[in-house]
Amino acid sequence: MWKARREDEKPSTPNPSPNQNPQPPAPVVPAPASNQPRTVETPRMDTYRAVDVAHIGKSVIIKGELSGSEDLYLDGEVEGNIDLHNHNLVIGPNGRVRANVFAKDVVIHGKVDGNVNGVEKVELKKSALLNGDINTQRIVIEDGAFFKGAIDIHKAEPKPEPVRAVTPVVAPPPVASATGGSAAAATEKK
Amino acid sequence: MRTGTPGCAGSQLPSLVRSPLDFFRNLFGGSTEPPFESAAGAARIARRSTGFNQFTRYILRPDGQKVLDLGATSSSNILFITGLGHKAYNEDVLKAANEKRLVFAGGEEGSAAEAVERFLAEELQYEPESFDAVLMWDVCDYLPEPLVKPVVQRIYRITKPQGALLAFFHTRAAGAEAPYYRYHIKNEETLELQRGPEFQLQRVFQNRHVENLFREYRSIKFFLGKENIREVLLVR
Repeated sequence: MWKARREDEKPSTPNPSPNQNPQPPAPVVPAPASNQPRTVETPRMDTYRAVDVAHIGKSVIIKGELSGSEDLYLDGEVEGNIDLHNHNLVIGPNGRVRANVFAKDVVIHGKVDGNVNGVEKVELKKSALLNGDINTQRIVIEDGAFFKGAIDIHKAEPKPEPVRAVTPVVAPPPVASATGGSAAAATEKK
Repeated sequence: MRTGTPGCAGSQLPSLVRSPLDFFRNLFGGSTEPPFESAAGAARIARRSTGFNQFTRYILRPDGQKVLDLGATSSSNILFITGLGHKAYNEDVLKAANEKRLVFAGGEEGSAAEAVERFLAEELQYEPESFDAVLMWDVCDYLPEPLVKPVVQRIYRITKPQGALLAFFHTRAAGAEAPYYRYHIKNEETLELQRGPEFQLQRVFQNRHVENLFREYRSIKFFLGKENIREVLLVR
């Protein structure tokens, strides 16, 4: 009556019970009090060392315009302007920026003196110190981050809908009725 | 370590029995420690605030107002303000006053005045009548004495006519050891308190002092809040 279920027919369990696959709970990091020494969060470097991410180390000092068309991990000092257009910028815990920043997503662990323009998102980590204005669509501020300035959240512009191929509707030629038709048609006839 | 409810430092009750609930906690071996102590200041306590509820009426409409928050950086405050369609400004005046380590006391009269001048040259630098509303929280209670009046005057100057200001003041019952709290906006009528840095309460204002301090404002309303706090709503 009951068909033996084969091993490969077992239903998949998207949420296995803790006993089957025990995982340690995610560590909860308490927010540091402001009078305590600021703990500098060290982001996982391998996260930012992908092939397409440029890396500026903590001993590098740049004065002038910094622009590019790839993601950037910045742990050094920059004085001037940073413009990455549609690419992401991560300012590491050792990063010291005295510049206006323009990028798609901006993540700040270090110190920034200047305005930050993140097209999609700006994220202030708990070790972040930002003196300047923020202009973005979305913002994430971790407890402990310091911010002095203005925040302007602008709504995402609606994406233009794909243009459908529309067959042009050709209006039928006016047909003059036996009783006279429209005035225009009547004029043309004349 | 304090064991009472927030702002009850001056209470004369025995430290272990502050309420019937605490009595039974002790009886069964429970802890009277409030959650914020054990969580290293990270936990938050929700508190209903009539003053803030009244304050929000000034900033609900229209969109595009400029709101200045003088407390510690709070993502929930920023999200609340920007969620209303306004522009949020943040300036942690207390942190700045403590970090600069300006010589306000014990020095000569001239040095205190110079320190105040230096402070105001770097902080609260906005055009006159810039803001529609200001959240001052309980900054006045923790500011060094020489800074209180100049800061209040500066805030008056940068607030628009008809602009609203919300300030909190401890009552005498709060005691000298009243801890400093960061205020997070939860919704239009609820605030969340979170233990902040160990700023020392500098003074307790009486209602008459508050009225004198803000005498240039057009209207002033007092609300008695919880935990020995008076909430004051001012309109310029």
